[in-house]
Amino acid sequence: MTVVAQRRLEIVGVSKRYGDVVALREMTFEVGAGELFGFVGSNGAGKTTTMRIALGVLAADGGEVRWGGEPITLETRRHIGYMPEERGLYPKMKVGEQLVYLARLHGLDAVTARRSVEEWTERLGVASRRDDEVQKLSLGNQQRVQLAAALVHNPSILVLDEPFSGLDPVAVDVMSKVLQDKAAEGVPVVFSSHQLELVERLCHRVGIVRSGHMVACDTVEALQAGGTVRLVVDAPNAQPGWADGVPGVVVEEQFGGRTVLELRDGADDQAVLRAALATGPVLEFSRRRQSLTELFRNVVSEHTPEVAA
Amino acid sequence: MNTTPDVRMGKWEAVGLVAGREVKTRLKSKAFLATTAVTIVLLIGFTLVMKLVQGGSDASVGVAGGSTALEAPLKSTAETLGQTIDVHPVDEAAGRRQVDDGSLDALLVGDGSKIVVVVKKDIDGKLRSALDVLAGRLALNQEIVKLNGDPAAISQAVAEAKAVVEPLEPPFDYNGQQLVMGMIAGVLIYMSLLINGQSVAQGVVEEKSSRVVELLLATIQPWQLMAGKVLGIGVVGLVQMVAIGGFGLVAGLATGVLTISLSAAVGTVVWLIVWFLLGFFAYSLVFAALAALVSRQEDVGGVITPPLMFVILGYVLGISILPSDPGNHLVEVLSLVPLFAPTLMPMRMAMGGVPVWEAGLAVVLVLALIPALVWLSGRIYRNAVMRSGAKVKLVDALRAA
Repeated sequence: MTVVAQRRLEIVGVSKRYGDVVALREMTFEVGAGELFGFVGSNGAGKTTTMRIALGVLAADGGEVRWGGEPITLETRRHIGYMPEERGLYPKMKVGEQLVYLARLHGLDAVTARRSVEEWTERLGVASRRDDEVQKLSLGNQQRVQLAAALVHNPSILVLDEPFSGLDPVAVDVMSKVLQDKAAEGVPVVFSSHQLELVERLCHRVGIVRSGHMVACDTVEALQAGGTVRLVVDAPNAQPGWADGVPGVVVEEQFGGRTVLELRDGADDQAVLRAALATGPVLEFSRRRQSLTELFRNVVSEHTPEVAA
Repeated sequence: MNTTPDVRMGKWEAVGLVAGREVKTRLKSKAFLATTAVTIVLLIGFTLVMKLVQGGSDASVGVAGGSTALEAPLKSTAETLGQTIDVHPVDEAAGRRQVDDGSLDALLVGDGSKIVVVVKKDIDGKLRSALDVLAGRLALNQEIVKLNGDPAAISQAVAEAKAVVEPLEPPFDYNGQQLVMGMIAGVLIYMSLLINGQSVAQGVVEEKSSRVVELLLATIQPWQLMAGKVLGIGVVGLVQMVAIGGFGLVAGLATGVLTISLSAAVGTVVWLIVWFLLGFFAYSLVFAALAALVSRQEDVGGVITPPLMFVILGYVLGISILPSDPGNHLVEVLSLVPLFAPTLMPMRMAMGGVPVWEAGLAVVLVLALIPALVWLSGRIYRNAVMRSGAKVKLVDALRAA
């Protein structure tokens, strides 16, 4: 499994301050080969700073970025595909020429670069715009070109800052597919996003960052397992207070026959079902895990820095 | 399976790629091509105008009847006054017609004992003073004859009597053509530094304002981006200068307007190119660093004006002082100072009379300055280029690690 070990991207204890403002405090996480890692956090939490440090466009005050166990260098950075938060391309340069140029700056020879540009512009649906200046494209298409710019040099790591912002639903699907495909090829993929449903759906693992520090980092299932479990019961004849007798259960809300209950540790969900059936017919009885959005709200609003590790 | 491509790249390979993009972009720019073409056309046009002016005479005068004897004295009088007057004998009636239709400026008539001029309406001031001098000489000769003197001998004695000047330092004999070439060299180098220097500054800000700089710097180092940009635009500027200088030289030599030696003419163009390169690299490094401080094209002018003032000041001093006073002491001193040398030295070199040690010293001083500028500009650029938004203070850019 040496190949896998080589493809692991590690951020180890990275710190950064801007004057008196602490931007990152001992930021640590890792992304394995073939893993889609979602990076979430409020605005200003430090996601962009972390990514910029990983790309070397910003110098860290402390800590290390490693790839395959070795500190990342100028040469190995060339293997990263990067999409900066502030999108940027030469506005007056033609799409095709620009992508070839960027691919060549990443070390591809002219022939390979051209072939790769053809391939990616076709895959991302902007092949017909190759001879147009970037500034003549719609914002959505510029975004696709920006993604192509991150991919044309066949990167071994992908670091994408808010790749989904500003995309229409079709483009979101295209982008999701590309990220999943790259991960399937064994590439570690890190991306930040505020669209938490998307992160929940796509990512193998999620890191939640608050005030420059990683406060939760695990698989979506594991993060949810740590949270509260809710039951949703739809019993049309149920009166308020129908579940009061069941131990370890708190009714969060009841609207008509529909009740949402929080299940404490050790509470028996079957006892809840029996109580519900006692009121009459039960149309729905489901266990609902905490969504990433709820989890995120809880984690970010808590005052203690460490919630889970 | 994803295979990792071989992306090892030499330090200068990235610089070459950046420079290549600059060259391609510049050569495709219509504004650049138009400026170059217009400059070449203007220079050739100027040569042709000079040719026409040079070939013609100041005035055309006919002599008729007894005045025919005045043909030679009029020519020599005009010459001593620095005028070229075309004089030829004509039949009086035909001459009057020619004055009327404008093919003659004036016609001398009468018996030749005094000057009687037929003109259409009025007489040109310069021609009039030549004729007045001739009339005076004629009267003098007549008086000498009356006194039984020999007018020819006296004229010769008068002509030979001149003030003897003893210069302590032998002056350099400036050639009129070289003075003109010096002025043209001044205009060209000024234009070229201005246009290409500003292109560097605008290019830096374009990358900053479009944010593409973050994508680029994730791959290459700041110095590679800056060096590539300066080299690329410099190469294009060099080609432009060679083309303009070459066309101008060929036009001047082909039309016969340039009569100075070929080696002097070629030397002027070579020095022009050398000084363009030196001046361009020195100034554009400064422009690139200062432009990195701002994020919007509107702010470029503000930051590059201070160094630009030295280019403008050098040019203005040179073009206003040198043509009338090519050996001016102030200009001589300033042309050794690296800030002014790129504009003043090529003008002086074209005009001639620059001692070898001065030419060499000026080059050495600028060459010595360039590594310092590379270090300083590289530092400012590196620290400022990723900071977008408000203008970065120069001291902050210098201090930040």
